[in-house]
Amino acid sequence: MPRRTDISSVLVIGSGPIVIGQACEFDYSGTQACRVLKEEGLRVVLVNSNPATIMTDPEFADATYVEPITTEVLTSIIAKERPDAILPTLGGQTALNAAIALDEAGVLAKYDVELIGANIPAIQKGEDREQFKQVVEVCGGESARSAIVHTIDDALAAVEDLGYPVVVRPSFTMGGLGSGIAYDEDDLRRIVGQGLHYSPTTEVLLEESILGWKEYELELMRDKHDNVVVVCSIENVDPVGVHTGDSVTVAPALTLTDREYQKLRDIGIAVIREVGVDTGGCNIQFAVEPTTGRVVVIEMNPRVSRSSALASKATGFPIAKIAAKLAVGYTLDEIPNDITGSTPASFEPTLDYVVVKVPRFAFEKFPAADPTLTTTMKSVGEAMALGRNFTEALGKAMRSIDKKGSVFHWAGEPATGEALDALLGTIGRPTEGRLIDVQQVLRAGVDVDEVYALTGIDPWFLDQVQLINEVAAETAAAPALTREVLAHAKRHGLSDAQVAQLRGTTEDAVRGARHAVGLRPVYKTVDTCAAEFAALTPYHYSSYDEETEVRPRERPAILILGSGPNRIGQGIEFDYSCVHAALALKGEFETVMVNCNPETVSTDYDTSDRLYFEPLTFEDVLEVYHAELAAGPVAGLIVTLGGQTPLSLAQRLADAGLPILGTPPSAIDAAEDRGEFGKVLEAAGLPAPAFGTATTLAGARETARRIGFPVLVRPSYVLGGRGMEIVYDEHQLAEYVQRALDNAADGGRAGTLPPLLIDRFLDDAIEIDVDALFDGEELFLGGVMEHIEEAGIHSGDSACALPPVTLSTSELERIRLSTEAIARGVGVRGLLNIQFALVSDVLYVLEANPRASRTVPFVSKATGVSLAKAAALVMAGRSIADLRAAGLLPVQDASVLDLDSPVAVKEAVLPFKRFRTADGVVVDTVLGPEMRSTGEVMGFDVDFPTAFAKSQEAAFGGLPTSGTAFISVADRDKRSIVFPVKRLAELGFEILATEGTAAVLHRSGIRSRVVRKYSSGRGVDGEPTIVDLITAGDVDIVVNTPSGQGARADGYEIRAATTAADKAIVTTVQQLGAAVQAIEAAQAGPFTVTSLQEHDAAADQRRAQAAVVTA
Amino acid sequence: MTDAVLVLEDGRTFAGQAYGATGRTLGEIVFNTGMTGYQETLTDPSYHRQIVVMTAPHIGNTGVNDEDPESGRIWVAGYVVRDPARRSSSWRARRTLDEELDAQGVVGISGVDTRALTRHLRERGVMRAGVFSGDALVGPEGDRRPVDELLDEVLTAPAMVGADLAGEVSTDEPYVVEALGPDGTPLDTPVATVAAVDLGIKAMTPQRLAERGVRVHVLPSTSTIDDVLATQPDGVFFSNGPGDPSAATHEVELLRDVLDRRIPFFGICYGNQLLGRALGYGTYKLGYGHRGVNQPVIDRATGKVEITAHNHGFAVDAPLDGESTAPHDGGRYGRVVVSHVDLNDDVVEGLRALDLPAFSVQYHPEAAAGPHDAAYLFDRFVGLMTGTDDPTTKGAA
Repeated sequence: MPRRTDISSVLVIGSGPIVIGQACEFDYSGTQACRVLKEEGLRVVLVNSNPATIMTDPEFADATYVEPITTEVLTSIIAKERPDAILPTLGGQTALNAAIALDEAGVLAKYDVELIGANIPAIQKGEDREQFKQVVEVCGGESARSAIVHTIDDALAAVEDLGYPVVVRPSFTMGGLGSGIAYDEDDLRRIVGQGLHYSPTTEVLLEESILGWKEYELELMRDKHDNVVVVCSIENVDPVGVHTGDSVTVAPALTLTDREYQKLRDIGIAVIREVGVDTGGCNIQFAVEPTTGRVVVIEMNPRVSRSSALASKATGFPIAKIAAKLAVGYTLDEIPNDITGSTPASFEPTLDYVVVKVPRFAFEKFPAADPTLTTTMKSVGEAMALGRNFTEALGKAMRSIDKKGSVFHWAGEPATGEALDALLGTIGRPTEGRLIDVQQVLRAGVDVDEVYALTGIDPWFLDQVQLINEVAAETAAAPALTREVLAHAKRHGLSDAQVAQLRGTTEDAVRGARHAVGLRPVYKTVDTCAAEFAALTPYHYSSYDEETEVRPRERPAILILGSGPNRIGQGIEFDYSCVHAALALKGEFETVMVNCNPETVSTDYDTSDRLYFEPLTFEDVLEVYHAELAAGPVAGLIVTLGGQTPLSLAQRLADAGLPILGTPPSAIDAAEDRGEFGKVLEAAGLPAPAFGTATTLAGARETARRIGFPVLVRPSYVLGGRGMEIVYDEHQLAEYVQRALDNAADGGRAGTLPPLLIDRFLDDAIEIDVDALFDGEELFLGGVMEHIEEAGIHSGDSACALPPVTLSTSELERIRLSTEAIARGVGVRGLLNIQFALVSDVLYVLEANPRASRTVPFVSKATGVSLAKAAALVMAGRSIADLRAAGLLPVQDASVLDLDSPVAVKEAVLPFKRFRTADGVVVDTVLGPEMRSTGEVMGFDVDFPTAFAKSQEAAFGGLPTSGTAFISVADRDKRSIVFPVKRLAELGFEILATEGTAAVLHRSGIRSRVVRKYSSGRGVDGEPTIVDLITAGDVDIVVNTPSGQGARADGYEIRAATTAADKAIVTTVQQLGAAVQAIEAAQAGPFTVTSLQEHDAAADQRRAQAAVVTA
Repeated sequence: MTDAVLVLEDGRTFAGQAYGATGRTLGEIVFNTGMTGYQETLTDPSYHRQIVVMTAPHIGNTGVNDEDPESGRIWVAGYVVRDPARRSSSWRARRTLDEELDAQGVVGISGVDTRALTRHLRERGVMRAGVFSGDALVGPEGDRRPVDELLDEVLTAPAMVGADLAGEVSTDEPYVVEALGPDGTPLDTPVATVAAVDLGIKAMTPQRLAERGVRVHVLPSTSTIDDVLATQPDGVFFSNGPGDPSAATHEVELLRDVLDRRIPFFGICYGNQLLGRALGYGTYKLGYGHRGVNQPVIDRATGKVEITAHNHGFAVDAPLDGESTAPHDGGRYGRVVVSHVDLNDDVVEGLRALDLPAFSVQYHPEAAAGPHDAAYLFDRFVGLMTGTDDPTTKGAA
């Protein structure tokens, strides 16, 4: 049956900004879908507010709307584009919820648009807890005993029957948001309260506890002909109780007999049929009681999910791509298996390797948050590794995490006595480091069965960890590092660095010994069929086994190092640049991608000519290079597009003789070294804020006095602004130093202070971000962004506008000249990102990074110029002039202001809601020099106010256009708020303020209602405090700027309550100004929508006219 | 760790460690791609005289239980795995696989690059091989025996082509598997009675029939038509089994006797090949066979795809498209269609006679191990016997 002929255009809904629980896996799935639909000759209309996605590159759709994913905006797009169908199953929960909302609003009916991939009843059956329970029953499965509640009182009644602990799951939320486990009534009241709030249907499910059961997932696909296949089984190493996104998981399932596996398969197939997912995929989660085999169906997602992305990468079966084909009418047997090229997609992949996924967390960014893992997902990324056995895959996955303390170790003596008791006391509680604690406990001689009793981790997995300990012990005890000893260690996943630790030697020495005996990994192929058929697609993983499958080639290869697991500060933006490099270089070169992040487009087998699913460590990259060099010529490696992870390998790789393309590693170092970089600036005559370093409190004090407060303090050698703080006085400085000393003591380095970098903090500065390209001769200024927040808020968390809204032509010219001077001075060949601060007409250079920045995709989307593609070509030897001649770069760069250009606003999306303190309160939401956002959105419109309003709508659900505003600001901000607050009042907002702020407003003629401070407590007659009002939902927007001193607790309570109540919060004066403009724009009526293609066509036209004028 | 060596007929060798029993074993080496079901695979009589390579790297994780064997013993001639479990983990496990292999004297080898081996077999086809460990690997002087010597031994192993093996695996005495009611207790009045000729039958096959209310007389492969008729069967079933179908002269004659009497017939695997031969089609040896639980087979009557369990090295050579007249004896059995085809390689996976109540499939609807997608075939057989379903006129449900 060929594809449907009654559909000629399809609207694809993306998943919006990267948030915890919904990351770039949906860019991967959406990109695949768009590709497929375009290949099928359909007109593709795409909406996604996230500019850092590949899917929103204009070539992937016919009309690309980087617009907020709201019912109003979607309706405008549907009215304008009149698609025949909407595909809502590839954009995560966001897209599914958007589709349901469109249906409920009658939009689908009004415009006669059909949902494809899943219909409304199927979505409801899959997502609605009560309906799904019935489905499970019909399918001969069992659900955990449960009750649906809509109020706290219902919940208290229900728990009488279910007993504690009880699992709480809100309906229709993603990533398990708002869910948790209640052990007593206090827990129940709190978790159910939050859950009712987060659930769009104010509905929460309470469920009998199946904590500690074995947890499994199946990924299924079904076509319109009712053919069903199970693509992959996934087993969670962490038992039920930890969200699958936060669990270490393995594919295929390893501890089920065929009978048990087939039982899950039978139930799964019955469920997908009963739910009615008739053209697409779904994911079903199961719990299996370890002592009896009783099976409970936990839940299903009637759409492509994070697990589908993992399953696709794990098996080579592209679920999203096939789902898109099924949605337009193909059947599984009509779709070829890309990997073999000779067999159909109507089969079930079989693996001759083991896949392990390890989550990456960011608790260090939220020190106040409770680090216990629960059914609410908290990880920000993941790494996947493949090996020919579990130990090998696990070792590789753990070192792919690229974070200190994330691998097994054998440092010091095994724990004994109190230390061991402490470990035994903690391993029952799932945390980020539990697996390593388990390894230490087993190393200390504790029996597998005892560890099983404490953790619920299947004894088979524990035995494998014990096996790794045994191999480590043998490696340590061996008289010499013979080939046999090394082969044994490598076969069980030990890295050279781990072997070095065991042997008391260096990684280089181990590698030397290994190479001396000719021991190197081989590269096997992911082929979906365990070698039954030949594979066409070179999609490799390393293993210490006998035979390699890397094929020789003629064309020179370029290796592109990806960015590894997503983390705060290094996410999808870097993958975007890597993918662009692969696309740009394909053809002339054989592109070879190296990455270990299963969520990304870069690890799609379609993206590069060859893919190595490998950890991004020195050892692993070196071996890939060696394997590729044996296959043919290698032109070089690109290390500057994947963020800090590949960048940090650059010098070592260069020292090992590997050809690094683009900016040489020595230049990268020069830009990072303050002394060296200082010389570059001095030579170019560019000012930088005064700075110094200190290693003692006295030294810090002395330096700060010399520089002058406020200062920006941070430990050296940190990324993403870790530990960076603005310090206003000596008292605060002393506190900071004390904390740093404490941290050092925790790290076993008591009494020593890592060098602190102290910079003059430029108060009230306008921060400017620049992305540019330099080929050694010429500079191409890609984009100049003006931050909304002042310098001091991490650039990743700050909103910014492009083109810069308030900069003059002469300021732009200075920026251009300074950028060029730095590019030349540093020796950049490729991309360069510089942060400037403009204060009192002086342009200070804050820092320069000779690599792709987080803003490259945003700049590319906003300007219609692919900087990353151009950068890849420059690194491969082309000049900017060449690229201009080839039409890849426009004649004019961002230093020339196009007056009619639309304005793009990037806004950061923050994950505070996910993180709770041990008491269950939201962590503080104030922005600072340390980056904590997980993603971004873009608002794009004719002027700044509208673009900013769109960005707020896309990021947070929008600013209120009427209602009540609460204002409470630090003293230093009081002067700046008068005008914006006055405007807010004029726009119809009721103003609430605490006494001090109210007085200032009053003197400026702004009437406000005085409310009680939180710290004053409720009044004698129970008058509410501001926190009470916020919690009750009586405040629509909160403006609260934190002051360095005093009133800190008040501010925290206010911000936390606002975040918990899901209301708009403004924490800087600059944001307030922008917000007021945006509210005014939003009041003017519904947004108009414009596709990137329309924006680009208009820009082209303006350029052509400009050319005529100048000619 | 005792060293072991796997030697292939073409001289390629793989070093590893002994797994299960030590010693020597010879046989035809084949690979199985199932990720689950090693216990069922080991006890499947169709693997008689074959050394089985598991492509899934971890084998033995769930140990050995008393419920899952497909026959009374392990049949594989040898076992090749990469990473055997050190510990089994399953609430049903009674002992470890290593212990079981050793107890049954099955010589195995672990630590082998099973993927390299599988690729080799895929490219060169299945061949004879031997696993050597312990005394079989070490000469009288305590030194390792030269590969040439081991290879000579491998070459003494009989080839699979032309091998008539059903007699070696079939039951010696007939036995009955009683029909079961919906509640799982024996049924006094069966829905139908089947004479199942055991050519290497798996326990799950009569079980699947019994679950449908069918009483199954399992008969030795040497049974005559009179033995079959003595059970007063409503239908006759030919099971799976090892060996080359072209060598099964007696069984083919028996099947023709059944067809001549128009007794409803159903065959699985070897039974499918024998139906093919009885109808006059040829059979041939596949390069490396189908062994696994993920093969896509299309039911041509409905166009639906089922994911199926396979274990066959031979296949029927019949015209893929349209009806053909069964060649035997000038078309005496009338018209036949190829009812099922493997979508991976277009191998014939099922036959259906249009003028006789007979059908068969090359794969394993009893699915132990494997998916249950094809279980409807047993219903179809029951329907054929009870007159509620006639496959000559109707497709699958």
